[in-house]
Amino acid sequence: MSHATRSDASAGFKAEVERRGKLRLSDCYQCGKCSAGCPMADYMDLLPHQVVRLCQLEQDPARAKVLQSSTIWHCVSCETCSTRCPKDFDIAHLMDVLREMSIEARTVNPEAENILKFHKSFKNSIKKTGRLHEFGLAVGYKMRSMDLFADVMKFPKMLTARKLRFLPHKIKGVDKVKKIFEKCEARKRGNK
Amino acid sequence: MTKLGYYPGCSLEGTSSDYGMSVRRMAEGLGWELQEVDDWNCCGASAAHQTNHLLALSLPARVLALAEEQGITELLAPCALCSNRLLTTNKVFRDEPKTAKEINEIIEMNYKGTVKVLNIIQALQRHAAPEMEKRIRRKLTGLKVACYYGCVLVRQPDVVEFDDPEQPTSMEKIVTALGAEAVDWPLKTDCCGAGFSMSVTPAVVDLTHRILANAKSHGAQVVAVACPMCHSNLDMRQLDVNRRYGKQNLPIMFLTQLVGLALGMSEKEVGLKKHFVKATGVVK
Repeated sequence: MSHATRSDASAGFKAEVERRGKLRLSDCYQCGKCSAGCPMADYMDLLPHQVVRLCQLEQDPARAKVLQSSTIWHCVSCETCSTRCPKDFDIAHLMDVLREMSIEARTVNPEAENILKFHKSFKNSIKKTGRLHEFGLAVGYKMRSMDLFADVMKFPKMLTARKLRFLPHKIKGVDKVKKIFEKCEARKRGNK
Repeated sequence: MTKLGYYPGCSLEGTSSDYGMSVRRMAEGLGWELQEVDDWNCCGASAAHQTNHLLALSLPARVLALAEEQGITELLAPCALCSNRLLTTNKVFRDEPKTAKEINEIIEMNYKGTVKVLNIIQALQRHAAPEMEKRIRRKLTGLKVACYYGCVLVRQPDVVEFDDPEQPTSMEKIVTALGAEAVDWPLKTDCCGAGFSMSVTPAVVDLTHRILANAKSHGAQVVAVACPMCHSNLDMRQLDVNRRYGKQNLPIMFLTQLVGLALGMSEKEVGLKKHFVKATGVVK
């Protein structure tokens, strides 16, 4: 009985990943080509093909191990893996799916904190004005990450070259963009 | 007169204003009329697609729906990531009617999927290539250029439907038409670290160093790019690469800047003075 319960739980994980990502995990035959060409492999605790393998496995700890890994966040979405996969398995998209699940399960790897803070600052900027305000993003990210001094020496040049705008541009349809955010955030939670 | 819809995207109005300037100047020089999508919003970039799938499709869908309403049939998106996000959304509207319906509900618009998205190279191929040589005022003779495509300009093939994902050659053809020499080098589709520039800076410094060193060892005097992220990582981050690995001194130019120079425009007009790594005085 306990065995059946265990495999149900892990089948739940595999099925959930497949349903959310419209993916078929059994397509992957573990050739390792994705890991061989991954530019971020040095920064990952699991290699990309190992992440796929864990998603395929009928074992309980797979969910936690995958959703807590640094790999899913250190994937830079360059899509080299998906492009080269001999089975046309979309690994880059799998990473997107796992990231969403990891946020929802609140198991984001501590090494990925800054990446998530960056994304949060980025999205907040769009939500407020409809467009990305890069100066606001830099300031917002620095406040969130407390990485206050990195790159500040580049600011004067960026300002004189007019590569940074102090003030954001607010689009007319900013309320519409805000509504898009609210609906997408609500629907994602509903999908849990 | 070629009329093209235009989606500059956020970077071209900010950190890549040199790209934005040179696109507009080049368009004038080639006789293109750019119709900017009125009230466009950000495509959401990696921040959206890495955290919320629906948001990552809905933000570009609003842009496409606006363009469609405004009568645009061909939409130029010079930022490689913007064009990739727009194309990804278009593919969903083509292949997944159920999701497309859901997105139209979210954006409260009715996008039909009719807008054709072009990256900057495709726009040049379609609307400049045959005439280009006639318009050249300053041949870039002797200039050795490494054409760098990066990631999402050529990946994934079924989304972008453009060139070859491993051995692209379309940029080389344009550069050669300008009179320059395209160097043969292996890392032209390797990733620069893209959006990790601020959040995982050491990785970006490593990856950009590999790309710069490889381009140089294959004889490049300039790297040509068609993506704001590629440019800011190879140009601005080159200062950090210099600190860790020694001085690189490799100017990074947008393809549009090279075309602009060849059309006879000044370095200032195409934004070359805005770079971190000196790019003026390279084209004589």
